[in-house]
Amino acid sequence: MNVLIPSALRSYTQSAHAQASGDTLAALLADLDRQYQGIRFRMVDEQERIRPHIRVFVNGAQVRELGQRLGTADEVVIVQALSGG
Amino acid sequence: MPRSNNPMSAASGSQSGLAARGRTVVLVATRKGAWIFHADAARQSWRPDGPHFLGHVISHLVLDARDARTLLAAVKTGHLGPTLFRSTDLGRNWQEAAKPPAFARVADDPKARAVDHTFWLTPAHASQPEVWYAGTSPQGLFRSQDGGRSWEPYSMINDDTDYRRWMGTVQDGTPDGPKLHSIIVDPRDPAHLYFAMSGGGVHESTDGGRTFAPLLDGLDVVEGFDGKEPTFHDPHCVRLCPSNPDRLYQQNHCGIYRLDRPSRRWLRIGKNMPAEVGDIGFPMVVHPRDADCAWVLPMDGTSVWPRTSPGGKPAVYVTRDGGETWQRQDGGMPAEQAWWTVKRQAMSADGADPVGLYFGTTSGELWASGDEGRNWRCIARHLPEIYAVEAAELRDR
Repeated sequence: MNVLIPSALRSYTQSAHAQASGDTLAALLADLDRQYQGIRFRMVDEQERIRPHIRVFVNGAQVRELGQRLGTADEVVIVQALSGG
Repeated sequence: MPRSNNPMSAASGSQSGLAARGRTVVLVATRKGAWIFHADAARQSWRPDGPHFLGHVISHLVLDARDARTLLAAVKTGHLGPTLFRSTDLGRNWQEAAKPPAFARVADDPKARAVDHTFWLTPAHASQPEVWYAGTSPQGLFRSQDGGRSWEPYSMINDDTDYRRWMGTVQDGTPDGPKLHSIIVDPRDPAHLYFAMSGGGVHESTDGGRTFAPLLDGLDVVEGFDGKEPTFHDPHCVRLCPSNPDRLYQQNHCGIYRLDRPSRRWLRIGKNMPAEVGDIGFPMVVHPRDADCAWVLPMDGTSVWPRTSPGGKPAVYVTRDGGETWQRQDGGMPAEQAWWTVKRQAMSADGADPVGLYFGTTSGELWASGDEGRNWRCIARHLPEIYAVEAAELRDR
């Protein structure tokens, strides 16, 4: 499925878009990490929590759990949510 | 404890102790990137190289004095998790660590610790050329055996019940997170280690880090708290003297101290500082060849703890007799209205003769002295908030 990558992570993908697969968000991020080593740990901590300033949207709705089921036609958007200087 | 006789062989933070003079570089880590300042042979002119990692939070940038070519950078951004980068060509190319420092997974604990950032990096003993240590926020000790490419939790302290209690919670630590710092390797013995925690005190291992024990006798704590409890101790910066590894100096939340091993009792040498200046501050550096000589950069620790230069009149103070007396060194610094803050890892000494000293302010100025602190000049300004400054020497090839 198509994954929109935020600018802060494009040093890994070299592109705003990546193709990855997985039937859950966890599997999708694992596939991204196989392609772009290190990208998952920047988004998910060692306790399997999505990091505080990372937001994931699936078909426009925010997803908070790595166990979220995904379908092959889903559109996944990863966003960096940071304010302040 | 068993030791080899090689006091100049290892590096710990800025006290690298290179025997041969090379070209001096000053590594500057900031809240928004890193810079490498290259000196000419006289250390008079400085060429900036940077920014590296523009926009990234760089807590520490360290050159491995064992090979004088490997750089490690502790990196994160506001949005992304922490990682480390490694370079062997002075930053022309960086490779990300395959496995950055991370605590062990704890299932079903929503409050389980995660590394927020790596705060401190120390190359291990010269006899262990690929080994590095890292200290993190929240407090954790990590070790790499492959030159910084992959990291594992190290020693018993990360999960020991007492140590976990002494580390406290995020609310007990410094404003941007409790930290494990000042990781020191005895240059005579790779199994003899020290580290410090803010908060949590100073600790020593004589078995290669398998176990640690507190080293707190003689240290003051904030009035009303029990000094026997490591959790109430806040060492800001601990340094070992390369020329006499039995001597340590410490800038603490509650004063300046010296420890001469095998004694376990710290002596508050900061009581000899001028009363109007006090002995509060964050960084401390030691002379590479004279264990009686050390420098501090006092901060205002009165009332609400402004943590700025006392009276708006910045100065370095030097002792040349082990802390019996202190002399003010402010040549070239602003005479008034300079409210500097200098963080604990933002002051460093090189190995030259005379020793070069360097510090960076949170207002983005980098200052240097080529004559052991007598005269100072600003060699860079308008940088982001400076977190760490490390002087290092490149070998001519």
